[in-house]
Amino acid sequence: MTTILPTPKKKDPIQRTRKPSMPPGNRSREAQGLAAMATSGRFALQVCNHCTKVQYPPRQVCSECLSDQLAWQDVRTGGKLLAETTLQHSNDVYFRDRLPWRLGIVVADAGPSIVAHLAEDCIQGKRVRMSLAIDRAGNAVVIAKPEKLSPGEEDDMQLREMAFDPKNRRVLIVNGKTELGYRLAEAFLKAGARNIFVGHAEPWRTSTHLEAIKKLDKTTIYPLDVTDTESVKELAAMIGDKVEIMVNNSYHLRMGGVLDRFDINTAHDEMEIHYHGLMRLAGFFGPVMRSRGADGHHGAAAWVNILSAYALVNNSALGTYSASQAAALSLSQCLRDELKNGGVRVVNSFIGPIEDEWHQLAPPPKLVPATIAKRIVEALKRGLEDVPIGAVAEEIIQRLAENPKEIERTIKL
Amino acid sequence: MSKKRQNYKGIAICAPVTIPYSHYSLRSAQWFCGRSVAALIEAAQIKKKDLDGFCISSFTLAPDSAVGLMQHIGASPRWLDHIPMGGASGVVALRRAARAIQAGDAEIIACIGADTNHVDTFRNTIATFSQFANDAVYPYGSGGPNSSFAFLTDYYMREYGTTRKDFGKLCIAQRENALPVAHAMMKKPLTMEEYLNARPIAEPIRLFDCVMPCAGAEAYLVMSEEKAKFLKIPYVTLLSTIERHNAFPDDPIQFRGGWALDVDELYGQAGVDPTDIDFLQAYDDYPVICFMQIEDLGFCEKGGVSNFIKDKNLTAKGDFPINTSGGQLSGGQAGAGGGYLGVVETIRQLTGQTHGHRVENAQYGLVSCFGMINYDRGLCTSAAIMARG
Repeated sequence: MTTILPTPKKKDPIQRTRKPSMPPGNRSREAQGLAAMATSGRFALQVCNHCTKVQYPPRQVCSECLSDQLAWQDVRTGGKLLAETTLQHSNDVYFRDRLPWRLGIVVADAGPSIVAHLAEDCIQGKRVRMSLAIDRAGNAVVIAKPEKLSPGEEDDMQLREMAFDPKNRRVLIVNGKTELGYRLAEAFLKAGARNIFVGHAEPWRTSTHLEAIKKLDKTTIYPLDVTDTESVKELAAMIGDKVEIMVNNSYHLRMGGVLDRFDINTAHDEMEIHYHGLMRLAGFFGPVMRSRGADGHHGAAAWVNILSAYALVNNSALGTYSASQAAALSLSQCLRDELKNGGVRVVNSFIGPIEDEWHQLAPPPKLVPATIAKRIVEALKRGLEDVPIGAVAEEIIQRLAENPKEIERTIKL
Repeated sequence: MSKKRQNYKGIAICAPVTIPYSHYSLRSAQWFCGRSVAALIEAAQIKKKDLDGFCISSFTLAPDSAVGLMQHIGASPRWLDHIPMGGASGVVALRRAARAIQAGDAEIIACIGADTNHVDTFRNTIATFSQFANDAVYPYGSGGPNSSFAFLTDYYMREYGTTRKDFGKLCIAQRENALPVAHAMMKKPLTMEEYLNARPIAEPIRLFDCVMPCAGAEAYLVMSEEKAKFLKIPYVTLLSTIERHNAFPDDPIQFRGGWALDVDELYGQAGVDPTDIDFLQAYDDYPVICFMQIEDLGFCEKGGVSNFIKDKNLTAKGDFPINTSGGQLSGGQAGAGGGYLGVVETIRQLTGQTHGHRVENAQYGLVSCFGMINYDRGLCTSAAIMARG
């Protein structure tokens, strides 16, 4: 059984805060292919199209038949742990701060021998299941866990470095006035979050969801308006040093494109909330989160943006909304790179139409907010980076990969 | 079988040179190479221009190659080689040089393994060692060779029932061999208790299973026997050599090296067998790899080393002398110099120029090399049998 994760104690202000440092980040271009698989939660390795040999480490030419037709394909996750070690010494600052560190060499059912980070309960000579994860430097790594689910494995302190499990972490949910806000709070509580902070704008407007949130355990609400710089600044000054997972769930959706509904004001509001709102949150919460990326086993970990899948391709029925989401997506990539130096990951989830009052004219399938919340918590536990949620988003991503011109011409609500 | 390999008749190996080791040095690899050339010239009583061939191995010469070094030291050789095979370089250099001498491409070849060690050299070397290591090993704990050898050692111990005490016996014998050697980094005797209770590094590897990276150089000359006789320098002859890269790629983890493929060729060409060998210079960056060499070179069966060495004395004075100058485990690992150490010590033993204990009446010496953990295993193996000249 995995050692139980210690409950975070009140921070001793005299103690040195562990500075963020990164595991070695140099990867070849070939190895970046692994990152593409890891960010979407796949266990895929290069497989030779010609002779079907599975290759690892990543390379350009098949070690069997010398073909250069190597494609990333999902392979069997099982393997046997051949040998292991516990490092008591490392040449790298990041690992030195985290010793002892356990690793092993696994002979994969798919063929190759793979060096992997080990979960605590892995036993030499026994079966393991492997997966790809993203380390603190943002690179793909292989991790191995016992074949059978081990009780409390989410507590594994070494593997927590490569995921963003909400357990014992404090979460800020930006907008508590939607059902999504409520479902997120509920899901994070269920996942063992230490505290939930929930923002709410426009105090004159009542919301049944916010009333429900107020009744939740360990949950506090705060005024927060992402269109108001002072408001964001004020909340960051108050709780910025406690936020370990940021969930930006604010959205503002109105139907309409450019010619069919020429409305600068709506477009402006969308940009204010999606783009400038993200920028304000990033500007005031980002720096302190980045500085706390290594602050104990429950330091700042992840920044989640809930974006529309129409950020990836414009849907003219929601033309200006799509454009503002694309702007937010682009800014999130900037933020991803900047937060990387603190080991804080930006997780972008892409959703299709939600079952809410603003999506009245969108045909099914529509997402229920509880599903989105559940999938986001799951993604954090697995350490994913880009997370399509629901059939609409998944289809958009597939079609984009297949033929971006096709979807651009035919996308409809 | 293809064409029969030619023998190494008429080859002389001489002028064993060591540039004393230091843990860290402000000098460059060029300095260690240059001083090695000076020492070789001194040992053979020749002039710099008499050296018409060079074979260089160094991790820290960059951005220079052997070519730039020639301008640095003002040499104009007609034969030049640069061998980047880490620990396997010493014997590989020897076999390349021997063939060049036989073919008449050069007359006197200086073979040099030299490296410096600045404060950050070791970390930089292992952090950028190879593409596979950068992609698939170094990001996993950044243990460097310690973690890779920990896997091999862990597997080997479980598979063959070898204990740390067995490894300790070898390490202690090597320490005893190193004590009279002035340039050896380790100066104090090692007890079994100290060995077993040493600081854990990457379990099952502990402190005294690891070599100390240092600065230094090892070098020797290759020429014809006539030339050596003419120069009146003591020399050894070369009976056979082998070399292999990426042997057994389908083994899921390394428990044997390329020697196992080529061992018959090694003894066959030399016309001797393992019982004729008077001492073994085995590549010893970690004790487990010495154990593999003892097996793969035919001294005992696979997994039988613990039993084989049980009643043997492994020191230079004993009945199965290994690493008679202390090897790298007690002497230090001077980068690529570590790959030349075994050849240099073999020449010293067979020509009576030892710094430490001499193996009595030694006629044949076997030197075996191993190098380059590119991903999960060492890729290069080489070995040579030499005889008293």
